[in-house]
Amino acid sequence: MRLRLYLTFNIGNITKPLIWQLGRDFSVITNIRTAEVKESTGLVGIELDGAEEQIDAAIVWLKSEGVQVEPIEQDVIEG
Amino acid sequence: MSTSIVRALKCRECGHEYEIQPVHVCEFCFGPLEVAYDYDKLQGKFTRELIESRPQTMWRYKELLPIDGDPTVGAQNGFTPLVRARNLEKALGVSELYIKNDSVCYPTLSFKDRVVSVALSKAVEFGFTTVACASTGNLAGSVAANAAAAGLKSYVFIPHDLEQGKVLGAGIFGTTIIGIDGAYDDVNRLCSEVAGKYGWAFVNVNVRPFYAEGSKSLGYEVMEQLGWKAPKQVVVPMASGSLCTKIHKSIKEFIQLGLVKDNGTRMYGAQATGCSPISRSVKEQTDLIHPVKASTIAKSLAIGNPADGFYANRVIRDTGGWAEDVSDTEIIDAMKLLAESEGIFTETAGGVTLGVTKKLLKQGKLNRDEPIVVCITGNGLKTQEAIMNEIDKPRVIPASLKAFDELAHAAGIEI
Ligand SMILES: Cc1ncc(COP(=O)(O)O)c(C=O)c1O
Ligand SMILES: [Zn+2]
Repeated sequence: MRLRLYLTFNIGNITKPLIWQLGRDFSVITNIRTAEVKESTGLVGIELDGAEEQIDAAIVWLKSEGVQVEPIEQDVIEG
Repeated sequence: MSTSIVRALKCRECGHEYEIQPVHVCEFCFGPLEVAYDYDKLQGKFTRELIESRPQTMWRYKELLPIDGDPTVGAQNGFTPLVRARNLEKALGVSELYIKNDSVCYPTLSFKDRVVSVALSKAVEFGFTTVACASTGNLAGSVAANAAAAGLKSYVFIPHDLEQGKVLGAGIFGTTIIGIDGAYDDVNRLCSEVAGKYGWAFVNVNVRPFYAEGSKSLGYEVMEQLGWKAPKQVVVPMASGSLCTKIHKSIKEFIQLGLVKDNGTRMYGAQATGCSPISRSVKEQTDLIHPVKASTIAKSLAIGNPADGFYANRVIRDTGGWAEDVSDTEIIDAMKLLAESEGIFTETAGGVTLGVTKKLLKQGKLNRDEPIVVCITGNGLKTQEAIMNEIDKPRVIPASLKAFDELAHAAGIEI
């Protein structure tokens, strides 16, 4: 499965090498497409490629590190 | 004549162009894709006379909508009334005010019928036989109804705890409803994954570039109904922010094609205070949109992380407009004002739009002496719970003339 996500980093995790760690701890190919880092927040557009359960586990882990994980479509539920 | 002038899908961020296909984001930068046209091909051919000779539906502007042939879904949709609101003008102390009344949009009573008929017509052209959406109300009903009429199979994803009335509004059309139990962002991700995996036309995911173009028809109609004039000031409700950007695009297109003169149109955006990421960014004069957790009775506008927020912000600021937001009480007051002054029963989103109009007039951001168009985009029968306790209860009397005489006398009714 290929999943495209926006990851938002905050002051608490912005300095950690989380994307490197993600590629090492899960069998997921990471492919950064866009990144914007301001003083206290960082936004990374990334594609994850791998088995569904690996990607799911990686997302759970990212969230546990305080990273906000969203699909690149942002809110798809409409009124 | 019906040659399409659609050129490509173009990334709004990096400008990269893609062939027409059911995709919605740029492979290179993840920017959103938008339909681009070769307007030159229409020069001199797309005239007021041609448009006026066609049936009164949104498809009379077909050349500027992104389908190749004739519409196969929602061929009757659109062309709602533009009402000169004289009572409201008096109530608000303005010189010229119009209501674009999409609360009576065919067939499901919201402007979503415009976007959905374009999305589904395009889906049919692409060869899809199943369509889907994720929605808490208007979009669900519109996808379900228009799909039913077109013989398409449909799936509607909703939060599992949605009110019964909203479920009914989609379920009656025989769609398959899937209630999802999970946090909001997980629901979003699931929909994005399903769209990628199942080969469906997911209207607000993989066919979104086409879907969103449907909103332009509201703008075209307003200009024609004003007597081929661009409006001076337009107030638009914002959820994702798409409608706001597309009305602006419709005006630019008509100017470019020589159908109207540039009138220096200012765009004004309306949100509920309980979910106001876009209006906040405008008021704080930044282009950063901070996602919020929504809490408002205007559920149809409750998008906390709006996909087009950045672009709506830019249109509002570039045109010299402004944005505001109103409380639940102000929303209800405005719904009542519109109903009592103009006989139009709008849903909470319309209360937001008119409530913000009032507020912007008070602030002097909207000019009282220039024409204003207020976009009312949904019907009040869909959000009855919001005003259930706000209207007078009937006075009950025995079935006798004497009893009525007494009531009439007490109420000061004269014969
Ligand atoms: C009644 C109504 N008005 C306005 C909107 C705003 O639409 P947009 O997402 O294009 O900003 C919606 C969206 O769901 C709606 O249901
Ligand atoms: Zn791009």
